Amino acid sequence: MSTDDLETDLTRNTENSPRELLTRSFFFLCAALSVVTTLSIVGLLITEASKFFTLTAPLMGVAGETASIVDFLTGTTWQIHSQEFGVLALVSATLMVTIGSAVIALPLGVATAIYLSEYASAQARSILKPALEILAGVPTVVYGFFALIYITPALEVVFPGIGTFNMLSASIVVGIMIIPMVASISEDAMSAVPDELRQAGYGMGATKFDVSTGIVVPAALSGIFSSFILALSRAIGETMAVTVAAGAQAKFLNPLNPASYLEGALPMTAAMVQLLTGDITGGGLAYRSLFAIGLVLFVITLIMNVISDYVSRRYREAY
Amino acid sequence: MSQRDKAPEGEQQAMNGTEDPTNDEMLVETDVSDGLSASESSVGRDAETVISSDNINVWYGDDHALTDISMDIPENSVTAMIGPSGCGKSTFLRCINRMNDLIDVARVEGGLTLRGKNVYDDDVDPVALRRRVGMVFQKPNPFPKSIYENVVYGLKIQGIDADYDEVVEESLKRAALWDEVKDRLHESGLDLSGGQQQRLCIARAIATDPEVLLMDEPASALDPVATSQIEDLVEELAEDYTVVIVTHNMQQAARISDKTAVFLTGGELVEFNDTQKIFENPESQRVEDYITGKFG
Repeated sequence: MSTDDLETDLTRNTENSPRELLTRSFFFLCAALSVVTTLSIVGLLITEASKFFTLTAPLMGVAGETASIVDFLTGTTWQIHSQEFGVLALVSATLMVTIGSAVIALPLGVATAIYLSEYASAQARSILKPALEILAGVPTVVYGFFALIYITPALEVVFPGIGTFNMLSASIVVGIMIIPMVASISEDAMSAVPDELRQAGYGMGATKFDVSTGIVVPAALSGIFSSFILALSRAIGETMAVTVAAGAQAKFLNPLNPASYLEGALPMTAAMVQLLTGDITGGGLAYRSLFAIGLVLFVITLIMNVISDYVSRRYREAY
Repeated sequence: MSQRDKAPEGEQQAMNGTEDPTNDEMLVETDVSDGLSASESSVGRDAETVISSDNINVWYGDDHALTDISMDIPENSVTAMIGPSGCGKSTFLRCINRMNDLIDVARVEGGLTLRGKNVYDDDVDPVALRRRVGMVFQKPNPFPKSIYENVVYGLKIQGIDADYDEVVEESLKRAALWDEVKDRLHESGLDLSGGQQQRLCIARAIATDPEVLLMDEPASALDPVATSQIEDLVEELAEDYTVVIVTHNMQQAARISDKTAVFLTGGELVEFNDTQKIFENPESQRVEDYITGKFG
């Protein structure tokens, strides 16, 4: 081979050949699509929501009815017809579903994960894991009906004064819904704990309980916390089940008072469904409030994600 | 039915005396071992037997990992198990504290007694057994907890009421780690170097004062300096504990052990005798070939 051939051969520049360029651009576009979509949605939420508030509406060139941002963020009455937009009435209901479902799903989910990861035989696992995945795959509107038709009547036996639509039933059903998420992510985290640590524990004369709760769970803590945050984000954003089960009457309730859970209320997501399915006029104040709620919801879940990210970094153990 | 169910205790002892060739040989060759120093020849002769295995067989699924292992391990001494990879020496070690129970496919047959009690009897709780028989693993495996919490872990789970500070100091001193970590007892055990982690694991194992200490190639993942520290430690520990150590390093076995068991491929115990005898004048040609590096 002559020197010239060698020169041509070694300087082919395959990295920028048409095929490489084409595929690279295609993959980049696919990756960029989700970023662009997210940014567009956030942009839309922010611009539309700012048309709702008195403070920012003039900037968007919107004339006519607007609402005070202070009243929106601090008000506790949500009455569209009397132009009262106190988002705390909706936030309190969302908070109740979140707290209520957390009380149910976090302990049950972690217990399920411990069973699957530490106790279950291969055979039991092969039945339980797919069953959990099916639970996660049930359409959420079905959960709503399940709450209305089975859970609420059962609750009526215990609490005779409970309303047809109540937060307890909604919390229970959302709790059941997020158990698979807590269980599956926690189980992954526990399975990833190196077997050497279990051996060390058993070698010390630890019982199965000692090893599961004293070694595996602490070592998997970052994953377990992540599962909590992700599941709670899911509970906050859950729509159909709470729309069906929680009721349609916005009401500010104290989430920390157990008696509140016997009443119905309107979580943020259900309020948005109500606005969309109601006879609101496009461009009107009620219509624009939709985006304001959406923005609040987005900020809450964003904060949850940031916390989740921080927690999983902070408590991650490197082996 | 396993063998242990058929043979009562007394018969097992008798069988050990008559059927185990190494035992017979030991008696015949007493003259040869006269050359040994007084301290070494006394070990394993007069000392009480702590662990005695009787025709132990282990299968992993269809794989026959150990074949008819019978040996008596004496008190307060270091017994080394050497042999090529896959010869079953670690498997035998795990029979002693029933760690093989944790492997689904493992099946153990035969008897193994700890001070006369067959640990494979149905009424023996492996958890209780492991509290008397501590273990140090090949790869250092401290818990992702502080150094202090690592050492007191055994006390806590066993509900032993003790002055934790005192136990931590004493255990870490015996493990020759105290001076290096005394100012950072509450930092994570994972922040230590490999050799320090292994000494922490030894401190953790001796904190509860077990009768027997099993060590599964405890220095194989360590550098030469850390290895020699561990070796010194093992020799010291043998003053109070019965140490059974698996190693694939023959020099290590020669340096630190009082008795040596040579396992060769096929999960057979080929020879078990005083360490000096094994290394200087082994009975078996296969052992001699292995020791001199012709095989394995």
